[in-house]
Amino acid sequence: MPATLQSAPLSLAARPKLDQNSWAWIGVAPFFAFAAMFLVLPTGLLMIGAFQHADGSFTFDNIIHLFQPSILSSYRISLEISAASALGGAAIGFLLASAVVLGGLPRWLRPTLMTFCGVASNFAGLPLAFAFIATLGRTGLVTLLLVNLFDFNIYSTGFNVLSFWGLTLTYLYFQIPLMVLILTPALDGLKREWREASDNLGGGAWHYWRYIAFPVLWPALLGTSLLLFANSFGAIATAYGLTGSSLNIVTILLFAQIRGDVLHDQNLGFALALGMILITGLSNGAYIWLRGRSERWLR
Amino acid sequence: MKRNRFGAWLALAIGVIYFFVPLIATFEFSLRLRRGTYSFDAYSIVLGDPQFQATFGYSTIMALATIVVGTLLVVPTAYWIQLRLPRLRPLVEFITLLPLVIPAIVLVFGYLRIYNSSSWLPMTGSVWSTNLLLVFGYVTLALPYMYRAVDTGLRSIDVRSLTEAAESLGAGWPKILFTVILPNIRPAILSGAFLTFAIVIGEFTMASLLNRPAFGPYLQLVGANRAYEPSALAIIAFFITWACMGLIQVFGRGARGSSADTR
Repeated sequence: MPATLQSAPLSLAARPKLDQNSWAWIGVAPFFAFAAMFLVLPTGLLMIGAFQHADGSFTFDNIIHLFQPSILSSYRISLEISAASALGGAAIGFLLASAVVLGGLPRWLRPTLMTFCGVASNFAGLPLAFAFIATLGRTGLVTLLLVNLFDFNIYSTGFNVLSFWGLTLTYLYFQIPLMVLILTPALDGLKREWREASDNLGGGAWHYWRYIAFPVLWPALLGTSLLLFANSFGAIATAYGLTGSSLNIVTILLFAQIRGDVLHDQNLGFALALGMILITGLSNGAYIWLRGRSERWLR
Repeated sequence: MKRNRFGAWLALAIGVIYFFVPLIATFEFSLRLRRGTYSFDAYSIVLGDPQFQATFGYSTIMALATIVVGTLLVVPTAYWIQLRLPRLRPLVEFITLLPLVIPAIVLVFGYLRIYNSSSWLPMTGSVWSTNLLLVFGYVTLALPYMYRAVDTGLRSIDVRSLTEAAESLGAGWPKILFTVILPNIRPAILSGAFLTFAIVIGEFTMASLLNRPAFGPYLQLVGANRAYEPSALAIIAFFITWACMGLIQVFGRGARGSSADTR
């Protein structure tokens, strides 16, 4: 025993020397090389290309050309779909998560819901598009059931699964579970004592939510909504599978640009990508900042 | 209190409906291929399609390669950061989160720009190097999940003591990594691996833009040209996702159980 006690300080004393050893960085060199080659450089060069003419000279032209109606409208549709699916996913996900955490439901429901959410949040891309065509398409099960049972054809209302609302409903399939997965730990952080204190002071459910729970939760709620927003903004496979290239969202426009230079200007394509990085970067940055804020209370 | 609980059940009911109705509808749709009666014809057509077998096999190999390359990249890095360079941790964590910020389509756009066939490193110039580029792209996409899984695994064991014990017994670095550290975080690596598999197997954007015969582009082709087969494929894809998530749960639980036993 004394021997090990003695050897511990010895090795600790030896450590710092090794740490100052300037060769330690060699161990992480492969990682940084990989990150540079397949993450930082490709993205960085695109961003530089956004400020260049085809001959390599500096310009703001590409950024200015982004403000043409067809490109602006693709950004607008993307932003609208992302916002709608983020808000819907956040609202329903919040209700679902609070039902399981605070609603007094049987205990076994919670791990079950978490498992289902884990699956559903990863069930995206083309298969998800196929599933919603089979559900809400013209001959989908739900469409036919509504016609047969209630004589109500959703397509007579102008609804189409290959449109804005169809895509939003489809995105909700992975947005809601993602919200539940991220928000549940935050809801766990709401201490029971706070509710009891509020009750003892004569506060009702409204007072509790308005003055205690919501002020504590809002960074988590807003932050997660922003994460959902960025999540659907960068998505393409689901939209492509659902609508082909008929819905003009920015990822599909960029896909067509990479495939066949539909904008007839390589550098304008780079500017298109730059705009996307800016939007997803800002919303993710805000998410990280808000997550830091929410952790102040929810521990 | 009663009203409260009613609201909770209502929210849960909406969630359950939203989750199950599309699955039931997809399954029903996939059985409709033969007119007037339900049959599994769509499944036998899909499973018997040589294209399905070829693309699924290709994507499986890509996924396995991604898991191997990702593990070899992430485990030594996370280990080294934990042991020797904790100062770099915030930077490394930031880098591993970048793939969540930069959309996959932008990444592959960048690859096509700097690794195209007339560039300084023409990776898209031949089949094998394009495959390699695709694997590296997938490693990048899986990086946030893989790194987090491995980092959590490393935090749950005493890396320093294990390393010192192995060192004092005369083990070199490769031996420490592969026979001491790796087995101890195997559950973490496996959960990262299954998640990676679930991401890679149906990936569409990168495979399609790099023109590789992967499962994702095949799904797109079938989706554009067939009526009932896509639903059958969606059901198959759903079961693959289930299997991956289920295996993560199994191995995650096994990890906690066994480490509690040994301590």
